[in-house]
Amino acid sequence: MAQSSEAAGDLRSVPALLRRNAARFGSRPAYREKEFGIWQSWSWSEAADEIEALALGLLKMGVQKGDFIAIIGRNRPYLYWSVVAAEMVGAIPVPLYQDAVAEEMAYVLDHCGAKLVIASDQEQVDKVIEIQDRLPEFERMIYLDPRGLRKYDHSALFAFDQVQAEGRAARSELGAELKAREEAIGYDDTCVMLYTSGTTGKPKGVVLSNRNIIETAKASCSFDHLSESEEVLAYLPMAWVGDFIFSIGQAYWAAFCVNCPESADTMMTDLREIAPSYYFAPPRVFETQLTQIMIRMEDSGKLKQKLFHYFLNHARGIGPRILDGHPVGALDRLKYRLGEFMVYGPLKNALGFSRVRVGYTAGEAIGPEIFDFYRALGINLKQLYGQTEASVFITQQPDGEVRSDTVGVPSPGVELKIGESGEVYYRSPGTFVEYYKNAESTADTKDPEGWVATGDAGFIEEDTGHLRIIDRAKDVGKMADGALFAPKYVENKLKFYPNILEAVVFGSGRDRCVAFINIDLTAVGNWAERNNIAYASYQELAQNREVLDTIQAHVEEVNASVAQDEMLSGCQIHRFFVLHKELDADDGELTRTRKVRRKIIAEKYADLVEGLYAGDDSVYTETEVTYEDGRKGKIKATLYAREPKVVPVTAKTLEAAE
Amino acid sequence: MLDSSEGYTTADGRQIGGVLMEMKNITLRFGGVVAINDISFDIREGEIRAIIGPNGAGKSSMLNVISGFYTPSEGEVFYKGSKRPQMKPFEVARMGVARTFQNIALFEGMTVLDNVMTGRLTHMHSGVFSQALWFGRARDEEMDNREKVERVIDFLEIQNIRKTPVGRLPYGLKKRVELARALAAEPSLLLLDEPMAGMNVEEKEDMSRFILDVNDEFGTTIALIEHDMGVVMDLSDRVVVMDYGKKIGDGTPDEVRGNQDVIDAYLGVSHD
Repeated sequence: MAQSSEAAGDLRSVPALLRRNAARFGSRPAYREKEFGIWQSWSWSEAADEIEALALGLLKMGVQKGDFIAIIGRNRPYLYWSVVAAEMVGAIPVPLYQDAVAEEMAYVLDHCGAKLVIASDQEQVDKVIEIQDRLPEFERMIYLDPRGLRKYDHSALFAFDQVQAEGRAARSELGAELKAREEAIGYDDTCVMLYTSGTTGKPKGVVLSNRNIIETAKASCSFDHLSESEEVLAYLPMAWVGDFIFSIGQAYWAAFCVNCPESADTMMTDLREIAPSYYFAPPRVFETQLTQIMIRMEDSGKLKQKLFHYFLNHARGIGPRILDGHPVGALDRLKYRLGEFMVYGPLKNALGFSRVRVGYTAGEAIGPEIFDFYRALGINLKQLYGQTEASVFITQQPDGEVRSDTVGVPSPGVELKIGESGEVYYRSPGTFVEYYKNAESTADTKDPEGWVATGDAGFIEEDTGHLRIIDRAKDVGKMADGALFAPKYVENKLKFYPNILEAVVFGSGRDRCVAFINIDLTAVGNWAERNNIAYASYQELAQNREVLDTIQAHVEEVNASVAQDEMLSGCQIHRFFVLHKELDADDGELTRTRKVRRKIIAEKYADLVEGLYAGDDSVYTETEVTYEDGRKGKIKATLYAREPKVVPVTAKTLEAAE
Repeated sequence: MLDSSEGYTTADGRQIGGVLMEMKNITLRFGGVVAINDISFDIREGEIRAIIGPNGAGKSSMLNVISGFYTPSEGEVFYKGSKRPQMKPFEVARMGVARTFQNIALFEGMTVLDNVMTGRLTHMHSGVFSQALWFGRARDEEMDNREKVERVIDFLEIQNIRKTPVGRLPYGLKKRVELARALAAEPSLLLLDEPMAGMNVEEKEDMSRFILDVNDEFGTTIALIEHDMGVVMDLSDRVVVMDYGKKIGDGTPDEVRGNQDVIDAYLGVSHD
């Protein structure tokens, strides 16, 4: 890696990296986008030319140093160029979520006071026009796709290629000014501002400097040995910090190629065509893909099914060991090779994973089964832990030390500490500068020494140095005997079973844990159909004896696995109910993004929680529900409690039980 | 009613040109049944012209006369200023008229791409021999046509089903593919036979958007038959209303809405 040993020296901004790439990797591809059925590509020198033309155009329009430029749209090379062109003229790019409704956009655009908006198409232009009266500082807009915009008032609306053309024409006039602005960019100047989607309150503008982005990119590129020959597919929202680091930070540092899909719906096809070597996806993407594979395999012929399952079983045992470089017998290796030829290779090809050298997942817990499936196929899938405020990387898993229950070791340059309450704190060169116009929140999150609170509770494993995240810090509590109570840790383990849709564990301040469980109607209903079990309603199916038996077996398995964890063994579930209704956002029990609202559920079903602790065998309950049209109704049901086996472990829990 | 051949300006400021097609005293009989009875109207360049009417009013017959599938028993059709002789449908197609069908007529076993490519047939001139061997002119032509087709695919946002056999698509998408095939022919007059039939609200909204965009982007003249009055009134510049084979109204959506004959035809009065 030539460039990683290079002193950051004069490479102190993204535009400076662009100039270096254009000079050193001029003819290598920098961007590709599929349009009109063909992958169109731009080399680094072509990209530099396009970006410069746009930057000149922005100067011509009168963009000042320190102006905010909002960028809205799906991943397209033109919009990535807009980000870099904005930096080039000393402005601050603010990528926004393209699926945000006008209302949300109004808050962000007003908060940063963007004077210029670069929008991808009519849909985005319409949103901004709708709210422009509330944006005192908004002046002009540039659009990419002219479709449908012909009849719009063009006094404050400019076509992207027009701006570029005017920039090109003004090169002799404004070239010197651009050069001066580019050279004036300092290492600690703002590189980008990204809004966190914040589950509570208004979104916060996270200011990241060139130092944050470049130091992070440098460290993470060398951690995974990323070079100019990587291929990535840019398909995650541009407003998300991960995409900024992967598609701009790392892409510019290592000079690799960013590929943009044709449309959101063609993502899977484009993935297969590009076959990226470096890939990121949230756990649900891997989950959906696995489900699809399994469903399609069930529709295939007997022979294919047999081959598939035979080799997959083999891979489950051997694949991860080969990936981690553990010794594997010659015969097993040979069989794995055969499997690669017959099953794994074609499967990876169909998924677009043939060339994945480094794959990451993050954001939430990934089921160990899912994780192991991909690793068994020989895909180097790893986990990382990060957040916007850290320029993504806090911890990540090194090759050869990959497990589904940890999030890895501190990334290079990152220091970690665990607070007294169990909360994880970090300090790194990537740590954000501030929340824009919000000194109070900045002070709450980042202390004077630079330590940032993650809001997650976790611990560092003594023997391996890996960080394990157990829950959101505010949800973690203590049980009556002082043992750690981390509900989400247990709930996630439960939810990995296809039969369980949702689980809520109670136990804070109590002597033992109890739980509510929602069955997954698709999975359980399917099972009932195959086993000729008749049921009239969700409610009836949920209280079916055999269903309860199955769920109880799942809970017992989870208890056994929780018991192996010294710190959390107190969180085993002693009694549970399978709820008579699905937890629903309309009833306020879940958030719109399907996160459990613990407190509300505890209040609403207080009778059931008490029933579980009181040791009742069954509880009759009435619950108010809201129908989709807003009407309210009542569900009446008698629930039967179950007492799964609990593994006795430490003396501590035994004492408490007495 | 418009009399001048100079054209007019629509409510949203689009400039509509002169007469593209004129129907003069068209009558169509099937044996003793008079499907169309002495109807005259014109279609102007760049406009969206709707033909509406209750069931059995003769709308589809009218569209078939325009497309050249039926030859009128009486009356004349003028196209681009000259009288159109009796023609085979493919000859009409070559003159720049493309259409979609009420009950989708696609090649179910072929992919979306191949189906849309068939729309380019009238623009292909290479011989069977060079097409079979795919060299020379056939090759250049195919690349050229494929690019045009890709632009249509991009325009109608069906990239994700490019390689999917049409038989596997849901109804709403098939309708869109049919529109794509018609557009691929680069028609100067596009005929749509109930483009929204059987669609849900969202699909109707999408289709309306596409029809407006086609008209706006390519300046294509569009004549359409539609049942959904809301859609017709929002989309079209001028409307012809038919009932029992006769024309009972002609004008802008607002004019037609206020016409007593039209109200009677839709709400129903006894015909003596």
